[in-house]
Amino acid sequence: MHRVSRTSRRPPATVRQPGPGLRARLRRDRVMLLLVLPGFLFFVVFHYVPLLGNVIVFQDYQPYLGFKDSPWVGFGNFSVFTEPDFYRALLNTLKFAVLQLALFFPAPIGLALLLNSIVSPRIKRFVQSVVYLPHFIGWVILISISQQLIGGTGLLPQLLGDLGLPRVDLMTNPGFFPWLVTLQLIWKDAGWGTIIYLAALLNIDTEHYEAAAIDGADRWRRLWHVTLPGIVPVTLLLLILNLGSILSVGFEQILLQRDAVGADAAEVLDTYVYFHGVLDGQWGPAAAVGLVKGVIGLVLILGANKLAHRFGHEGIYSR
Amino acid sequence: MKTARPPWMEAPSRAGLAIKSVVIAVVCLLVLYPFVNIIATSLAGESEITRRGGIIAFFPSEPTLAAYRTIFAGGVVSHALLVSAAITIIGTALNLVVTIALAYGLSRPIVGGRFVLTTVLLTMLFGAGIIPNFLLVKALGMYDSYTSLIVPGLVSAFNFLVLRNFFQNIPAELLDSARIDGAGDLAILLRIVLPLSKAVLAVVALFYAVGHWNAFFNALLYLSDTGKWPLPLVLRLYVLQGQPVGGGTESPGEAVASIQAVQMAVVVVALVPILCVYPFLQRYFTKGVLTGAIKG
Repeated sequence: MHRVSRTSRRPPATVRQPGPGLRARLRRDRVMLLLVLPGFLFFVVFHYVPLLGNVIVFQDYQPYLGFKDSPWVGFGNFSVFTEPDFYRALLNTLKFAVLQLALFFPAPIGLALLLNSIVSPRIKRFVQSVVYLPHFIGWVILISISQQLIGGTGLLPQLLGDLGLPRVDLMTNPGFFPWLVTLQLIWKDAGWGTIIYLAALLNIDTEHYEAAAIDGADRWRRLWHVTLPGIVPVTLLLLILNLGSILSVGFEQILLQRDAVGADAAEVLDTYVYFHGVLDGQWGPAAAVGLVKGVIGLVLILGANKLAHRFGHEGIYSR
Repeated sequence: MKTARPPWMEAPSRAGLAIKSVVIAVVCLLVLYPFVNIIATSLAGESEITRRGGIIAFFPSEPTLAAYRTIFAGGVVSHALLVSAAITIIGTALNLVVTIALAYGLSRPIVGGRFVLTTVLLTMLFGAGIIPNFLLVKALGMYDSYTSLIVPGLVSAFNFLVLRNFFQNIPAELLDSARIDGAGDLAILLRIVLPLSKAVLAVVALFYAVGHWNAFFNALLYLSDTGKWPLPLVLRLYVLQGQPVGGGTESPGEAVASIQAVQMAVVVVALVPILCVYPFLQRYFTKGVLTGAIKG
C-alpha cells in the first residue's frame, strides 16, 4: 500500500529535506488539512474579521446604513478622548489596574510558597483542591455570594449590628469598591494562579538547596537565594501577559456591581464602551475607545517582552 | 516513625508549624465557609430567617425545601436551567470536536501548518473589541439566537494549545506503527490519540463547560429576548437586582420561603453542577494547565 511508504516521512521540523512537491504534499496532508479547516475559519471570521470592523472608528456608523454607506468622519470620533466621562473611566481603570498589580498579582506567589511548604502530601492536596475551586465559580454567582455575606442584609452587617457597631454595607460603598473588586478577584483566582508557580517550585533543582544548606543558609536565606530566583522567569512571563490585559480590569465583575456603587466609582473603559456603544448607540466613539485600549494592550505586551529580552529573560516568546 | 528529611527540608519549628497551620486553616475557611452559608440559608424557613435577622451561620434548625419548591414552581428558573444545560452540553461538544480537530491537525508538520498556527496564536495578543464583535454577530444573523452563545467562542486558543502540546508529546513511534498497520490520519486520531488523551480532554471539556455554564456577558449582549435567558442572567435578575421570583401560589399551612432563602436557592442551583463535577476532574488540573503553559 502506498501508505506504508509514508511512514518514515515527517522529519523533525528543524531538518529541511527536499520534500515532495506542493501538490503531492497537499494530497498527502488532505485529511489533516480538512481537520484544521473549521478551526482556522473560526479564527479568521471571529478574530480577524472584527479587526476590519474597526473601520467604524472613522465613521459616523449608523446600523441601518451599515459599513458601506455610513458617512466617514476621519478622526472625528477621537474627540471622545477629551470628554470628562472618558477620563473618569480611564482613571478608574488605572486605579483598578494598579491595585490588582500590587495586591492580586503577588497573591498566588505567596500562596504557592505556603502550599509548597506543606510537608504532608495529603494535606497539601486537600488545600490545593480547596483553593482551586473558586476559579470555576462564575462572577454572577460569586457576587451573589458576596452580597449574602457582606451586603446590606447579609452576614457581616448583622454581626456588626449584634455587636452594637454600625452596620456597614461594603457592597454599596463607592470608596471601598476598588478594594472590594480586588478582594473578590483574589478570592476567585489567587488559588488557581498557584498552579503555575507550584510547578516552577517543583522544577527548582534540589541540589541548590543542598548546597545552600551545606553553606549554612537558614530557611529564610534559602527562600531568598534559591526559591525566589527559581520562580523569577515564570513571574516575569505572567507579569508580561498581565500587562497586555491590564486595561481590561474585570469587565463582568464590575458591570454586575456598577448599579450598586454608581458609575463614578465603577465606570471602567470596558463598561464605558458597552454603555456608550451597545446601549446608547454611539458606535464610532465607543469603538475608538475599544480600539485604542486594544492597541495599548498590544504595545504594552510587546514592549514588556522586549524589555525582558534585554534583561536576558525569555519572555512570552523567545528570539 | 519520622521520615528522614534532606537537610534543606528540615522539620519546621513548633511555633512556625503552628502559625502555618492557622494560616492554612484560615485560607480554607475563607474559601469554604461562603458555600456553607448559602446552602444553610437556602434551607432555612421564613420564620427562622426573620428571627435570626438573616444569619443562618451553619445549619437551619428546621430545614425546609420551601425555597426550592418556589423556584421550581415558577418555571423561570427551571427554564433557564434547561437553557443553560443545553447550551453547556451542545456547546462543549462542538468546542471539543473543532478544538480536537485543529489541535491534532497542527500537532504534526503539515503543509501550511506554521501559517495556521501563527494565525491562531497571534489572536492571544489582541482582541478586536466589544463593538466590532457585537456588529459581526449581528451581521451574521445570530443576534437573539442561541448560536450567539456557542459559535463566537467555538475554539479557545488556550485550550487549543493545551491539546496540541499534549498530542505532540505522544511518542511518534506509536503513531508510525499504526500507520504501518494501515491506519489513516483519522483512524489514528480516533483509535490511538484520543484514547490516550482522556485526562487532558476531561480538563479541556471542563474549562469549556464551565465557560458555557457561567456565560453571562455574551448572553446579556446577544439575547434581548428574556425568554431565552440562561441561568446567570436570571440569577442577576433575582439575586443582584432583587426581583421577586415569580412562584406558584403557596398552599396555606406550608412553610413560606423567605426572599433571602429563595435567592440563595437559585445560587445553589447554579453551583451544584460545578460542585458535582469538580472533585472528579480536580486531579488532572495541574497536568492540563501545565501542558498548555509550555510554549507552543
